[in-house]
Amino acid sequence: MTKATIVVFSGDLDKALAAFVIASGAAAAGWDVTLFFTFWGINIVRDENKKALEKKDFMSKMFGAMMPKGTEKLKLSKMNMGGMGTSMMKKRMQGKKVKSLREMIKDAKELDVKFLVCDMSMDIMGLKKEEFIDEVDEIVGVGTYLKESKGADLTLFI
Amino acid sequence: MADETLDVRGLTCPAPLVETRKKLKRMEIGQTLEVIGDHGPSKKEVPEMMMEQGQHVVSVTEENGIWYVLIKKSK
Repeated sequence: MTKATIVVFSGDLDKALAAFVIASGAAAAGWDVTLFFTFWGINIVRDENKKALEKKDFMSKMFGAMMPKGTEKLKLSKMNMGGMGTSMMKKRMQGKKVKSLREMIKDAKELDVKFLVCDMSMDIMGLKKEEFIDEVDEIVGVGTYLKESKGADLTLFI
Repeated sequence: MADETLDVRGLTCPAPLVETRKKLKRMEIGQTLEVIGDHGPSKKEVPEMMMEQGQHVVSVTEENGIWYVLIKKSK
């Protein structure tokens, strides 16, 4: 089976969209697709409706509060203009009937895209599995990403 | 007549691909699906990607800027 693995490093809205367009396109073609969320990318899979765990050290709480919590809080990498650019882009996407990032995540899951989250990034940023959206399959290390990528036909770093 | 119809007119990349695949997933093997769309590149890409996925593309036609892709679910 044709296989694709994508490292989702960026937590920028535009880059996350690119990752999900490619992932869902490949999955629609029947490819085996794995997403590996790491560093800023793990903010994409934070669930805005889930509360942070109480027992956290100060730094973890601070990181948690400062980083975007979920797809709605992500910003464009360019032309954000204090949030104006991002909301304009979202309106335009709606007008052009492009799905929102959250909808694309649901579609990707329905087409069996695997969601892996980097354990080390979670540690640094003080995030726990309970704070992620239900689409997340597994918390893994770099070894799993490498194993998945070995023999993959396409591997991207976004 | 196809067993099922999917109208993706007005939708753009990657929705025609994704919606086609989602619809096929819910159908039985042997059933036919007619996808109707107007997104230019998808006229070529929906058949290509569905073939890649192992489906049987019966026909691709176009009329007045609207394309019709007939797919028979084979797997």
